[in-house]
Amino acid sequence: MSEAVAIPRPLPSRHGLAGEFYAWCAKGELRFQRCSGCGTWRHVPREMCAECGSVAWAWERSSGRGRIYTWTVVARALHPGFAADAPYAPVVVEMEEGVRLLGRMVDCPPAELAIAMPVEVVFVAVAPEVTLPRFRRT
Amino acid sequence: MAVALDAPRTGRPRGGAVARPRTIRYVGALMTTSLSDRACIVGIGETAYCRAPGSGKTELGIQLEAARAALADAGLGPRQLDGVMPFPNLGSAEELAANLGIANLRFAATVHMGGAAPVASLQVAAAAVVSGSADYVLLPAGWNGYSGRRVRESVAVDSSLLPGGAIARDYYLPHGLTAPPQWYALIARRHMHEFGTTPEHLGAIAIAMRKHAQLNPGAVMKDKPLTMDAYLASPMVTAPYRLFDCCLETDGGAAVVVTTRERARDLRRHPVAILGVAAAQPYPADEITNRKDLFATGLTLAAPRAFAMAGVTPADIDFAEIYDCFTFEVLQQLEETGFCGRGEGGPFVEGGTIELGGALPVNTHGGLLSEAHALGMSHIVEAVRQLRGDGGERQVAAAALGVVTGWGDFGDGSIAILGRA
Repeated sequence: MSEAVAIPRPLPSRHGLAGEFYAWCAKGELRFQRCSGCGTWRHVPREMCAECGSVAWAWERSSGRGRIYTWTVVARALHPGFAADAPYAPVVVEMEEGVRLLGRMVDCPPAELAIAMPVEVVFVAVAPEVTLPRFRRT
Repeated sequence: MAVALDAPRTGRPRGGAVARPRTIRYVGALMTTSLSDRACIVGIGETAYCRAPGSGKTELGIQLEAARAALADAGLGPRQLDGVMPFPNLGSAEELAANLGIANLRFAATVHMGGAAPVASLQVAAAAVVSGSADYVLLPAGWNGYSGRRVRESVAVDSSLLPGGAIARDYYLPHGLTAPPQWYALIARRHMHEFGTTPEHLGAIAIAMRKHAQLNPGAVMKDKPLTMDAYLASPMVTAPYRLFDCCLETDGGAAVVVTTRERARDLRRHPVAILGVAAAQPYPADEITNRKDLFATGLTLAAPRAFAMAGVTPADIDFAEIYDCFTFEVLQQLEETGFCGRGEGGPFVEGGTIELGGALPVNTHGGLLSEAHALGMSHIVEAVRQLRGDGGERQVAAAALGVVTGWGDFGDGSIAILGRA
C-alpha cells in the first residue's frame, strides 16, 4: 500500500534507533527492543533499560497483535499535511508484549472505535523510504 | 514567626467536611531547609489581552510592559532588580535586562516546563532570594499567541519546540498527532473509559471559566456567555475535545516580582507569601503513551510536597487557579492535586462546585479558556489579586489561601500555595 501526499508530512528520522525501528517496518516486521538483562520489552527505543540498567538489548519481533488502549479522532487537522485525511484517528495500541504503540487504523470508521478492540499491525509506505505501522481490526 | 492565618474558617464546607478552625503550622525544625513562608510575591502586572487585530507590539515589548507594571505595583525600580527568569523560548535575560535597565543582573534562569514554568519559577525565585543569590527576581511572560505564530503550527514544524523532541518527531507526528490537544485527548479518552467522565463534565469546566470571565473586564470572552447546549454543539477539534474545551490563543502578557519576606515588608503593596511550592515531571516526561499510570503527572508528585511544605491540606484552600490549556486538564489536576480522588473529577466539577460561590472557585479570572492565554503567569497574578482582596466583582469572600498550578509539555506539573503574608 502507498498513499499519495500533496503537502509534505512530518516523517521520522531515518537515523539512530528510530531509523532501525522503521527499517524493520519497511521489511514488514514489527520489532521492539527487549532488554537482554531482565527481558523487559520497551518502546519507544532507548539507550538503556530503565528497569535494570542494562545497556544490552536486541530487536525482537512482536506478535503484531494488541488491543486499543485509547484514541482520539482528529476532526480538524492541526498540521496542513494531514488536512485531507481528517477525520482520522490516532490510536494507542497495547501490544501483547506489553508495550504501547501509536498508529492509525486503516479499516475502522472513527465512530466504531472502542477501547479494548483487538487489532493487528499492518505496514503502510508513506514516502519512498518510510513505512509506518498501522492497525486493522482482527 | 508563625503565620497569622489562624482565624476560624467559616462556611463553604466541602465534601461533607465540617468547617473548622485552621492553623498553618510553623515547623521550626524544617526552617533551615524549607522555603515555606520565606519569600513573597510583591508585584503583579499585566498587559491588555486581545485577539484580532493583535497587540501591535513585539513579544519583548509585551513582556516589558507587563514587567514595568509589576515593578510599579511593587514600588520598585529596575535598578533594584537583580534577577530575571525568562519564559522558555520567549526571550532572554540579556535583552530583558538591557531594555529594563537592570544594571546588576546576578541571577538568571529558565525552567523549561512549558506552561508549568511560571509556577515552577516561583520555587526557583524563592530559593534565589532566600539564599541571597538575588534580592528581587522578575518573572515575565508574554507573547503574540494570536497574531504571531500559533502553537498548533509551530510545534509541528519545529521539533526543537516539542516536548519529547525527537520522540514526538519520530513516533507521534508521522501519525498526525501533531499538537497539544491531540496528545492530551488520548488521556481524556482513557479517563472517560475508566471513570465514566462525560462531555457534560468537561462542559461544566468550560462554562465555569466563562461565567467567571463575565466578571472580568479584561477577559477576552467577556460578554460572550456559554451554555451547555452551545458547548455541546461546538465543533469537534480532536475528540473528546470540542472547540470550547480548548484554551484561547491571545496576545498579551503578565509578570510578577518575588523577594524575601523581610524585604517585602518595605514595599508598596501587602505581600503574598509563598507558603508551599513544588514542581515535578511525569515519568517518563518525554513520552506519554507508555506511561504505566496514564493519569499521573508532575503534579501528582509535586502537590503532596507543596501541601506538606505549607502545612495545610486541600480542604483548607479557598480558591484555585488551575492551568487550563484544555478542560480535561483542569479535571485531571483537581484530582492529582487532591481536591478530589482519582476518577472523581467529573462529579466534583458538577453543580457549581468550581464556580464563584461554590466550595472551590477555580480560575476566578476566566483562565486560559475564557480570559486569555498568558502562559500561566496570569494565574499567579489572579491569585495574588484575590489574596489582596482586589478581585472586584469576582472576589472570593475571605480568601486567605489559594492554589496555583502549572501544566506544561507532556504533563510537567507545578503548584504553589499562596497566602496573605
